[in-house]
Amino acid sequence: MNMRLARVAAIVLRQFYLLRGSPVRLLPMVAWVAIDIVLWGFISRYLDQVTGPRANFTASLLGAVLLWDFLSRVMQGTTTAFFEDVWSRNFLNLFATPLRISEYLAGLVATGVCTSLLGLVAMLSLATSVFGLSFLAYGLALAPFLLVLFVTGIALGILGTAIVLRFGPASEWLIWPIPSLLSPFVGVFYPLATLPAWMRMIGHAMAPSYVFEGMRTIVAGGPAPWGQLAIGMGLAGLYLVLACLTFAAVYRHAIRTGLVARYSAETAS
Amino acid sequence: MPEPTSSASEPVLAAAGLCKTYGALAAVDDVSLQVRPGEIVGLVGPNGAGKTTIINMILGVLQPTAGAIRIDGCDLAKARSRALARTNFAAVYAPLPGNLSVEQNLRVFGMIYGVKNLTARIDALIEAYDLGRHRRAKTGVLSSGEQTRVALAKAMLNSPRLLLLDEPTASIDPSTARDIRGHITDFARRTQAGVLWTSHNMYEVTEVCDRVLFLSRGKVLLSGAPAQLIAEHGSANLEDLFIAVAHQHPATGEGAE
Repeated sequence: MNMRLARVAAIVLRQFYLLRGSPVRLLPMVAWVAIDIVLWGFISRYLDQVTGPRANFTASLLGAVLLWDFLSRVMQGTTTAFFEDVWSRNFLNLFATPLRISEYLAGLVATGVCTSLLGLVAMLSLATSVFGLSFLAYGLALAPFLLVLFVTGIALGILGTAIVLRFGPASEWLIWPIPSLLSPFVGVFYPLATLPAWMRMIGHAMAPSYVFEGMRTIVAGGPAPWGQLAIGMGLAGLYLVLACLTFAAVYRHAIRTGLVARYSAETAS
Repeated sequence: MPEPTSSASEPVLAAAGLCKTYGALAAVDDVSLQVRPGEIVGLVGPNGAGKTTIINMILGVLQPTAGAIRIDGCDLAKARSRALARTNFAAVYAPLPGNLSVEQNLRVFGMIYGVKNLTARIDALIEAYDLGRHRRAKTGVLSSGEQTRVALAKAMLNSPRLLLLDEPTASIDPSTARDIRGHITDFARRTQAGVLWTSHNMYEVTEVCDRVLFLSRGKVLLSGAPAQLIAEHGSANLEDLFIAVAHQHPATGEGAE
């Protein structure tokens, strides 16, 4: 892939300028995750009090919230960077340049990485300092879990941008609930075995399921489930490839029909 | 600045047999045009004639149904990124992001176009387009004339071999419009870049363009130097000729522009 880093950096720089010019944009990156951590932190603490420490709800529930929020933030970081171009009707300016679609996507993803890391730091700080969740004690063993969620989040983000590019700005409302729609199937808070058979089948096809099953195994004192994580990573990689192919197909459609040239809140349909 | 790949006599834009259809509607119907180095070509015609459709096809944001486009020797279909690195544009309907400052917009697009010595280039353009006072102002709060100057500064960032201007002086005052015409004419003569210019202002087209293409319903009806066309058709000026042609070939009202 012949990718120019300067062009990728330009897409990231645009987002940095927006954040610097309007620091209030930083608030949603940390505020919602902080609310989630506080809410679930106290729920976990209460459950630990009434059931005794053996169940270790702080690790399993709060850890699950933290990991799921991380995936959501990666996805939203990528899609929000794309929406900035939707809202400012910038597609014609961008796509009539030497910018390749791979460079544009790489820029969106890099932006998503930066903004989600901000959220992750906020979540880890709060969970550790207030609720004593020693996530960092897992050290590098945590990396594969985060990587699977990270790649899945990027794939969902790219898929979300493809949907909005294809169906117009009004389809934005379809994108935000995607993590909530997926969460019942991937067993964020309960083992997949809890689900009815048809939901379990869907869950097994989803990469994050292997992360949450693995997390529960470790919290219960079991060995790190590397084999399961490898399946999760394979699935996440497959999603990423499919999401990129979908975006490329939607982009070609937009070029064929003139949608890129006409794209705006008023004209896109 | 991209190195030219064509020889001095080769056109910087060569479009052959361009067609764009939407179902039964032919927005552009077998249009061929060339822009030579240093030449300013006007693309005129009534609303819906296909001017913006042609510009969009040359900018690579609209795929022709048929035909080929070469920019400075590069085939747009085969080497899109290389071809577009030699191009730039300004259009009244494509404002730069209003939530970035003038300097930030120029920096972001300068990086995308791979401009060398970008800071010096931005400084030079800000001075050339009299944007010094607005350097750190958000582009969206500027007047339409100032935004046009920012868009033109962006269009000049990479010293394009082919400059596409879609109604660059629409909605700006006569004095600013004259300055802009001066800038563009000087740019074309000095750098031997080609310019494709659409406008509804026939005075402007007569003053600036070396050659004019009259479009109607996606077809080229007339082509030639403004003075030559006026003389050939016995019109008092280009505007009279435009009106006469437009009456003979009324728009369908279904144009893709």
